[in-house]
Amino acid sequence: MTKVQNNRAWLLILPMLVLVAFSAIIPLMTVVNYSVQDVFDANTRFFTGTEWFETMLNDSALQAALLRQFAFSMTILAIEVPLGIGIALLMPKRGWQASAVLILITLPLLIPWNVVGSIWQIFTRGDIGLMGWGIRELGYSYNITRNPVDAWATIILMDVWHWTPLIALLCYSGLRAIPEAYYQAARIDRASRWAVFRYIQLPKLTNVLVIGVLLRFMHSFMIYAEPFVLTGGGPGSSTTFLSQSLTTMAIGQQDLGPSAAFSLIYFLIILLVSWVFYTAIMNMQKDDATGGHRHDA
Amino acid sequence: MTHDATTRQDARVSPSTGTSPSVASAATAADESPRLERARARRRGGSVGRSRFLLALYLILMLLPIYWLINMSLQSNSEILGALSFWPREVTFDNYIGIFTDSNWYMGYVNSIAYVSMNMLISISVALPAAYAFSRFKFIGDKHLFFWLLTNLMAPPAVFLLPYFQLYYSVGLFDTHIAVALAHCLFNIPLAVWILEGFMSSVPKEVDETAYIDGYSFPSFFVKIFIPMIRSGIGVTLFFLFMFSWVELLLSRTLTATNAQPIASIMTRTSTASGIDWGTLAAAGVLTILPGIIVVYFVRNHIAKGFALGRT
Repeated sequence: MTKVQNNRAWLLILPMLVLVAFSAIIPLMTVVNYSVQDVFDANTRFFTGTEWFETMLNDSALQAALLRQFAFSMTILAIEVPLGIGIALLMPKRGWQASAVLILITLPLLIPWNVVGSIWQIFTRGDIGLMGWGIRELGYSYNITRNPVDAWATIILMDVWHWTPLIALLCYSGLRAIPEAYYQAARIDRASRWAVFRYIQLPKLTNVLVIGVLLRFMHSFMIYAEPFVLTGGGPGSSTTFLSQSLTTMAIGQQDLGPSAAFSLIYFLIILLVSWVFYTAIMNMQKDDATGGHRHDA
Repeated sequence: MTHDATTRQDARVSPSTGTSPSVASAATAADESPRLERARARRRGGSVGRSRFLLALYLILMLLPIYWLINMSLQSNSEILGALSFWPREVTFDNYIGIFTDSNWYMGYVNSIAYVSMNMLISISVALPAAYAFSRFKFIGDKHLFFWLLTNLMAPPAVFLLPYFQLYYSVGLFDTHIAVALAHCLFNIPLAVWILEGFMSSVPKEVDETAYIDGYSFPSFFVKIFIPMIRSGIGVTLFFLFMFSWVELLLSRTLTATNAQPIASIMTRTSTASGIDWGTLAAAGVLTILPGIIVVYFVRNHIAKGFALGRT
């Protein structure tokens, strides 16, 4: 759509801008302010420059948390994206069944995040939880408070349970937007199921998948309540992710300067990775588009 | 792949040319067609059955943890801790009654619903005009502004905990519903603008122009014509606003103490020195799922469209 040049549009933006600025810019400035100072009390503070940033970047506990965070985010993306696409392909297209499946599948998305933690805490307990009990019955001594591997597997399973529906719903809506004529053409061509997926469905899914992957990356990178309730970051610090390290530092220990510096580094990493993801996917799409042209001609 | 391309070429060309090879192939196709058709139908039937089976399997696995929560919410603590039972042997509603008769508990739901509704109202009313501006006009700094808005979606709430606490404390809004509602605007307004902009861009600009020619002023056009046209977009936006405000814990917990404490934060009280009150925890958990079910029921017909955020 061609847009009209009109700077009075700013008037329409203004109320939104005031509100978002109030909740974003003022707090962000506070964080920046803290990150370059050493605050003793309300009246005594020293300018420290980049000292806190250097301390944070060299902190081995935080480096470990960052690595864990990346490992976690990449693992859940690698599982949730294909699984979500698969489920979307299985979902019925119309009728009461479609509505019923939609409502059921959306359920995990609407549960408060700490309740998700509680649900899985109950579900995985060895004595009263179905899953914990079931796995023990099979002869494996499953224990998420002792064994880091169990804790990791459970957190990943929990996240897959919680968030795969988002990818599935996004893909489902993408699939619904494909005109029936495309499928008819494919039937005439006797295209295989795989060819239909690769050349008709997948290209139509790229847009929603960009949204899905970005949202999932961002949210998984900020994950806090679910592992906090389920494992409390343990055993040891094996499931302590960035948000939890930060909250402990800022609220628990009241280390204003270091935690502010850490906050900014954290925010920048999310921005940077999101940008890289976005650019990479967009370039892939462009390559695909030109490839498609060559193919047609 | 080249093979694919050639067969496709054939299929496209043959009906229009009508030369002998295509006639021949049409004849053989006619010969085989009933058999082929039957085989294909059988295969299709099989694959539908298999996909239904896989979907049902996924749904059952997905619902198991929720079933377990409901199961536990209907048992007394002694039954829960006594032995593992797959269904409640003596169904008791005591856990629910306990929640509904204790104002500390049920006020948590009232508080949550209060700030979520406030947030939905604030976010949608400022996001609608903003999204319209982004979808219809070019103006100085529009692209940068939109990008900046989206970066707020990526801001981890943990980063803003302390500044928010100090900010709302200093303006005297600490422990009020509006404080949480405003704090959630940080990610909900950008999200609303993003979704609505997609929906608005799919409405042709000619609609606006025709309305202006017919003598509508901008506000009356916007309210009487434009908003009804993007009804389903607004419905879906409200769904997302509800979802992200309802499930958030970190900010709502930090900005409240007693008067506006959300249910999610009250639930942490179930762990006491004498152990965890599993039955009440489970019942409270079940009750946090219900509002979501009601909301998703209302938007079920728009959801498929809306998850694509208007652009597909």
